[in-house]
Parts: sequence; C-alpha cells; structure tokens
Amino acid sequence: MHWWLPPAASTFAGPIDGLFLAIFIITGIALVIVEVGLLWFSVKYRARPGRKAFYTHGSTRAEVIWTSIPAVTVVALGIVSNHYWVQIKGRDSVPANAYAVAIHAKQFEWRMTYAGPDGQLGTGDDFTVRNQLHVPVDRPILIHLSAEDVIHSFFVPEFRLKQDAVPGMNINVWFQPTKIGEFEIGCAELCGMGHYKMRARVFVHTPEEFNAWMAQQAAGGSE
Amino acid sequence: MTTVAHAPTKAHHEPMSFWRKYIFSTDHKIIGIQFLFVSLSFLLLGGLLAMQIRWQLGFPGKPLPGGGILPESMVSGGVILPEYYIQLVTMHGTFMVFFAIMPLLMGVYANFLIPLKIGTHDMAFPRLNMWSFWLALTAGFIMLAGFFVPEGAARAGWTMYAPLSARPDLSGASYGQMLWCVSIVVLGLSSVLGSVNYITTVINHRAPGMTWFRMPLSVWALFITAILAVLALPVLQGAAIMLLFDQTIGTHFFDPIAGGQALLWQHLFWFFGHPEVYILILPAMGMVSDIIANGSRKPIFGYHSMVFAIVGIAFLGWIVWGHHMFMSGMNPTLGSTFMVSTLLISVPSAIKVFNWMGTMWRGNLRFTVPMLNAVGFVSMFTIGGLSGVFMAATPVDMHIHDTYFIVAHLHYVLFGGSLFALFAAIPYWYPKMFGRMMSETIGKWHFWLTFVTYNLVFFPMHILGMGGQMRRLYDPTQYDFLKPQQPINEFITIAAFSLFAVQLLFLFNFLWSLKRGKKAELNPWQDNGLEWSLPSPAPHGNWERAPNVYRGPYEFSAPEAGSADFLPQHVKLPTDRDPAAATAPASAH
Amino acid sequence: MNRRLFSVIGGALVLTVCSPKDDGAARAAPATPTPSEETQAGGTITGKIKFTGARPTNPRIDMSEEVACKNKYPAPPTAETVVVNANGTLANVFVYVKAGLPAGATYPAPATPVLLDQNGCRYHPHVFGIQVGQPLNIKNSDPVLHNIKAKAVKNRPFNVSQPNVTTTPTVRTFAQPEVMVSLECNVHGWMNAFLGVLPHPFYSVTGTDGSFSIKGLPPGTYTIEAWHEKYGTQTATVTVTGTETKTSDLTFAAR
Repeated sequence: MHWWLPPAASTFAGPIDGLFLAIFIITGIALVIVEVGLLWFSVKYRARPGRKAFYTHGSTRAEVIWTSIPAVTVVALGIVSNHYWVQIKGRDSVPANAYAVAIHAKQFEWRMTYAGPDGQLGTGDDFTVRNQLHVPVDRPILIHLSAEDVIHSFFVPEFRLKQDAVPGMNINVWFQPTKIGEFEIGCAELCGMGHYKMRARVFVHTPEEFNAWMAQQAAGGSE
Repeated sequence: MTTVAHAPTKAHHEPMSFWRKYIFSTDHKIIGIQFLFVSLSFLLLGGLLAMQIRWQLGFPGKPLPGGGILPESMVSGGVILPEYYIQLVTMHGTFMVFFAIMPLLMGVYANFLIPLKIGTHDMAFPRLNMWSFWLALTAGFIMLAGFFVPEGAARAGWTMYAPLSARPDLSGASYGQMLWCVSIVVLGLSSVLGSVNYITTVINHRAPGMTWFRMPLSVWALFITAILAVLALPVLQGAAIMLLFDQTIGTHFFDPIAGGQALLWQHLFWFFGHPEVYILILPAMGMVSDIIANGSRKPIFGYHSMVFAIVGIAFLGWIVWGHHMFMSGMNPTLGSTFMVSTLLISVPSAIKVFNWMGTMWRGNLRFTVPMLNAVGFVSMFTIGGLSGVFMAATPVDMHIHDTYFIVAHLHYVLFGGSLFALFAAIPYWYPKMFGRMMSETIGKWHFWLTFVTYNLVFFPMHILGMGGQMRRLYDPTQYDFLKPQQPINEFITIAAFSLFAVQLLFLFNFLWSLKRGKKAELNPWQDNGLEWSLPSPAPHGNWERAPNVYRGPYEFSAPEAGSADFLPQHVKLPTDRDPAAATAPASAH
Repeated sequence: MNRRLFSVIGGALVLTVCSPKDDGAARAAPATPTPSEETQAGGTITGKIKFTGARPTNPRIDMSEEVACKNKYPAPPTAETVVVNANGTLANVFVYVKAGLPAGATYPAPATPVLLDQNGCRYHPHVFGIQVGQPLNIKNSDPVLHNIKAKAVKNRPFNVSQPNVTTTPTVRTFAQPEVMVSLECNVHGWMNAFLGVLPHPFYSVTGTDGSFSIKGLPPGTYTIEAWHEKYGTQTATVTVTGTETKTSDLTFAAR
C-alpha cells in the first residue's frame, strides 16, 4: 500500500519531492492553525447564559499580519518553484548529449521510434516499437512527443514526468533515469474509451543491455 | 458617492391565475424557488451518476446492481462499459457544475436574496428574470437528452477537450456532443440574463440608506459574481458554438487536421472556466459570512477587507486560467507567469478564512444547523484551498496534474465548500421562502454524518493522486503501480455510498418540512437583514414602501442594541437620522 | 404568448429526443427459405488464387505488453497480411460475384449470424463475408479490452468496446453492400479484419489450399472479383449455362 509518492527513479524526483514536502509542511502548519483554531473557538466561545459577544469590527493590524505572511510565503514558494520549472521544462534546458527517441501517441497505443544503428532519427534505419520505451540509465533522454488524433499525455509516475501530446504540435520533454528496471507509462489525458488501456512500459537498461537490445532490434524487428 | 436609491411602490395586480402566480411567475422569490427545486433534482441526478462511477472504480468489471435497467450500449452483462464510464464522468461534472451548484448559488440565492436584502420589491427586469429560469430548465432537458440519443451522451470530460470532442469518429459520440454544445449556449444565455438583472438591481434599486458598504457580504458576493458571469459565460458560448461547427458543418477551429489548434479550445474554455469556479465559490463565501456573523452574535471581522478580498479574488480570477494548462504544451514561460498569479490568488482567500475565524473569536456561538454547516464550510474550504498550493507549484503539478489529487481538490472546494455553504443557506432562508422551519434534529444528524462520510470519501483521494492514479480511468487495476492502492478505491466507494444515503436525510427534511415543519416566526435567527422584517414567507412585492436603512448588516451585540444582541438594519434608534429620500421617482412596475 | 412559447419549447424538445433509426441495431431476418437451400441447385464457379514471385516474410507480432494474449501462443505469431500456402496459393482472398446476377433478383438475409471472435488478440476470421441485413455476432474470448472499430464508408461506422470475455455477443448489421469494410482494434494495433458486405450469398474466402467455390448460380455471364488486402483486385469473366462447374484461376504477383 502506498501512502506517499511513488519510488523515485529520475533526477527530477529529488527537486519535485522536496518541493512537495516543503509545501506539505507549510500548508500543514496553516491547516493546523485553522482547524485547531476553529475547534478551540467553537468550544471556548460557545453560547452560555449570561455571556455576551465582544463587539468589534476588526483589527487593521491583524489584517496586515495575515495578509503579509501568506503573501511573502507564496512569493518565496514561487521563486523556488520557478527555478526548478525552468530547469525541467525550459526549452533551452535540454542537456546537449541527450539520447533522442520519438514517441507518437495515438488511440490507444504509444509508438516509440528509435534512431537505429546510424544514431540519427528520421533516417531509413529507424525502427518503431509499440508500447515499449527502452533507454540507458544515467543518461539524459529527450523525447520528441507527438500525437496522431487527440490529446494524450505521457506520464511516468516514478520519473515525476508528465507532458501532454497534442496533435499538430511537436513537443520536447526530457528526463534522466537513475534506476535500472521497468516502469509504467500511463496516459494522463482522457482520449476516448480506451484511455485506461494506454499502458506502456519504460525499460531502463545498463549501457550493455541497451546496446544488446538495439542490436537485436536492428537484426529483426516485430509488427 | 451618492446613494442612488429607488423607493418603489409595491406592484398591484389583479388576482393572478395559478399559472401566472406559481409557474410563469415574474416574482423573484418564486423564480428562486423554481430554481431551487430544479437544481436540487439535478444535484440528485449528479449524485446518482457519481454512484455508478464509484461502483466501477471500487469494483472494476463487476456487474452493477440494478444495471439491468440500462441499455446494452451502456451496460453489457451488467458491467459498465468503458464508453459509458466516460459518459458518466463527463455528465457528472457537467450536471454538477452547470445545473446544480451554479444555479443553486445564483439562480436561487441571487434571485431570492438580492431584492430582499437591499430593500426593493423585485428585480429590475422581472420578465427577463422569468426567461432566465425557463432557459435554464430548457438547457437542462437538452443536456439530459444526451443520454437518450443514438451513441449516447457527450464523453470527453466536462472540460470537453478538442479534438476528441470535435471528432465523432474519434470519440464515438455525435448527437450527444452536439447537444452538450447547444445546452451550454442556452444555459449561458440564462446566466447572462440573470446576471444583467442582478447587477442592475444592486446598482440602482437599493433602499434609502443602503450604501454600498452597508450591503451584506452575501449581496456583495452575488453582485461581483454576476459581473464575472456576464463576462465569462459568453466566452464559453462562443467556444461551444465553434465546437458545434467543428462537429457539424466542417470547420476545423480545434482540429489540426486542417489548420486548427487543439490548444485554442483549452484557452477559451479555461478563460471562462477559471472565473466560473469563482462564480461557484464567491456566493457561498458571502452567505457563509452572513451566517457566521449571525451565529457568533458579532459583526463580521474586517468587513472592508472581506469586500476587497471578494473583489481581489474576482479580479485575479481572470489571469490565472493557464494553471489548468501547465502540462498542455504551451510555452513554458507562460507556466511561470500563471504560477505567479495563481499563488497570489491564495492570499485573498486566506484573508477571508482568518476573518471568519476572527468573527468567531470572542463571540457567543450558537451552533444551529446553518452555523454548523457554515463552520464546516470554513474547515473544508481551507483544505481545498491549501491543496491548491501544491498544484500552483508547477514542478509539483507535473506529477499531480490529471490525477486524483486534482479530483480531491475540486471536491473539497465544490462540495466541502459550496455544497456545505448551501447546506447552511437552505435551512437558513427556508423560513423566509416557505414560512416553516426545517427540522433542527434531522439537520444536525445530516451535518455530522455528512461531515464524517464526506471526508472519508475525498481525503484519501489526495493519496491516490500522489500515488499517480489518473483521472477518468475506467480500471486502475490495469496498472501495476496502482494495484496496491486499489483497497483505497474500495474504501472510498463504500464511504461514497454512505455519503449518498445520508443525503436522503436532507432530502426528506427539505420535503417534509414544506408541509410539516414548525411554522416560522418573522425573524427566527434574530438576524439584522432587511428580509427578516417581512412575514415568513415573504409576500409578493415584499414591502409596501421601501424601508429606510440606518446601519450596516452585522450590528450584533452592539452597545446601542441594549439587552438584545442584534440590531436590524431598518430599526430606527432615537440617535438615527433618516437617510436621503429617493432621488429617482417611484415608478410602478 | 406563453402558450405559443410552450409549444415551441415542447416541439424543440421532442425533436431533440426523437432520433433517426439506429442502423446498427440487430434486425430480425424475414422468414424465407435460407440461401443455402437455394444454392443446392445452380452452377458453380471454382478456382485457385495463385501467387507468383518471392514470398514476403511476415513480421512477428510482439504481444509482450498484453500478457494474457501472449500466453496463448507457444511462439510469437506472425502478421496475416500476406499468407502464402505451401502449394503456392494465397489465403484470405475474398472472391465474389461483382456483376451478372439476374436483374431484380433479391436474396433475403439469412437469420444465422456470422461469427467474429477475438482470441489471442487476433480476429477470427481475418477475412470474411456477410449479407446485407445478416447479423454479425462479435464476441471476445480474451480477458482484455478490445474495441471493434468498423471503418465503413457506405454503411454507418461503429466503434464498440468489449472490456472482458463476453457473456453475450455484440450484434451489428449492415444496410448497404460494401467491399470491403475494415475492422480494427485500437488497443492492439496489429489486429485487423476485413468484411465484404454483399446483397447476395455468392462469395467465398480462400483458405489453406487457396481455392474458392461459389455455388448455386443461375445461368448467366458473371464478373467475379478477387480481393486481397495488399495486392488489390483481379477480375475474371465466367459464363454459367446450367448446373456445371466452371473453373477460373486468378493470379496475384508479389510486389
């Protein structure tokens, strides 16, 4: 049973999970103040015979305090968040040596196109595989995301990675996997009756396993 | 600013037939009650749709009890089909947003409360008001028809993203999608007509002495919300017409297949959609302010701040729409700018929560059913608002966008927020509507059971979302990473069935009290608003002559009140002077 | 004014709710003698569909992402696009009478349904025929989601899902002749099938021996067409005078 975020398997998970925890703590403090306050006031100030309420229209000082503290907090949060946002999604932030794979989303499957032996996408020796993304570990991976028909969304929870695939647009999204293994891809944008079945897998390999897989695919692919 | 006040005289009619009096009525109170019955019915329908969704999520692939009454195209061998499931999620959202919550707040309470609380005998345009109701009802029937046409109802989510919604060959729904668009255009017209009425009436028809800053916060909220509606709904109408054209006459506004842009739909929809969610919360906040001040026997804490917060939320609401589109593929720089505005909009909401707490502080709290639900609103809305901070932080949104974390957030603000506020408002103004009280005992049982079961349903959804469970998912068990969380889905489903069952208490209370509730006195809550000076139920035309207003609406426990702990707005003390007479001549309507 | 309003709104509602007849629904076939009885008498056109040239290698189908289907095979199956039999003939060729039947002749749709099964994430059969108005019973033998998308042009297209093994089949009928309607599953992109809808029962699909046989033809001069999903069509003209059997072979060449 999972009670928290999934196990982390990419370099994005560190900042994202850290930011999540920071927000959890900040909002947790605010939540406790409000809920405990409401409960305490409800008990302490409940109506009793002979009691009278304290007649006041407010306090400017209180307004200033509870406006400025939330405002300063959210501004700080924004600055930190934006720093990581630019790192993750900024169009200039894709590492130079990223390994490129093209992913084309359609109802109801993912088609991954690999560069083949010449290492270049868009040439004759490219090959396409259904529903399997094979990548080497500890290398930045650049996905050229496209969609055939409707909007889909490429989501790998363990990488903390999500990007909508939009027909008519070619969108780049990158990540760097840190753990060997198999991870699941889900579609995170309603795309029709088969939306729930658009499951695929990411296979993160050691460099040797990855080269072996590439060689095997070049020798004789599948439908 | 001078008070432009209008001292209307009560309209005098010849005796009206049953049809003119109760069905084709131009009386704002009757229209409000008509909206109430219709919207509560759609709320019930939305709940029934939700029960089917929860069945499938809790017990994927198991035959639905009673599913045999549904046709084979929806339920096969008793099991909900994937294409029916996505109709369910789409129509649940659509009915709840457009035909339950929005009309319950605006169609019911803007109509019922505004003239009563500002001291005038009806809306500025009573016939237009009647049209607003009948258009809303028609739109509701058109939307309902979607279930009965070939291929069934719309199924691209209540957010109707294109190109899925524009292409029947890709969605599988043709007539159903078209009906959604037509219904929305008709509903939009209803909202716009209603809003024009609310705005005009508040600006022009306040009673003498009812200055802007003596208006109750409920009226402020309804007024600002009406401005949001009149500006936002036409955008949705335009988008819906464009979508209808894509579906029917061969345009391609939203389909790149011939030069259109998929993201255009999202920008148009959310440019409407974000102000829409503030339409769905601001009136609730306004009514809760009135009820908490009354229940605390204290003036609202920080009245002016509360007004500025309402205006601030409404204004900022126009510049945050992109936060629904952080992952959409739009330029990441826009992600940064929308994040800033989104984080800022949490501040006025926080101000309001602290002011409600300030109102309760050192009060003399009477926990009637309305007060319980109003405090419940503050408690639940806080959770909903705080969960929004997670999504506002764009890197975190990358993980939780389109997951159950979002579903948890929206239900905490719409149910925990707006619906709890309605559970407070309905019994509160029931005596003024129907002349009877709803049962306090049933109301208290309903509040506590709802509060518990509601949190059992929606709080665990945060955990599901953190775990990565996507929205609108017919069968989570298809994914290995979701299988461990399936017990949570089952738990939520059982809790949801209990939550629905508890609402039958409210339904019973509402209907039974119409005839058997305790007869209501003039001012059962000892409130200060102008409406409480009228008989229960309020008569047609409200006042013979508009009352004079001498003070603000929250003078509870004021020293001038003497031994009473409230001081109505219209009561003249020896130290009060009459407000300026009406500057516009009285005109008969 | 209110009365007029009511009838306008009521009329609009009635118009929205009333819908055109759903052509996809199963319709009861008329009670007439089945075509099989009629085809006992009459002439026969038979033949083989030959294949010349290099046999193409059919790619393997990787079903790793659908374990329930993958496990139904000892080894990964291959695509069915071009199936060349051991004797050099072509399977899955749809042969039918394109022209030459007596003018005004009608052939009532049989009540017996044509069966389409999804098993091991393949359609069985891959190429088949059906008569206008004859029911097509679609069943799912796999415990996984299949959708059956019929990309018809002359007929009303449909797209239905079967998320699990079916207890009752989904039934569809076709109102217009159409050669061919393609069927596909979008969840399993390799799954496709082809359906020829005809107004008469004179069609045949070649199997493992590459032969076709169309029986019960009245005397006349017929154009028969052989359709293959990759190699297109070939036609031949055959005259039938009585109850004899005429042979006409057709050949497709590798491309």
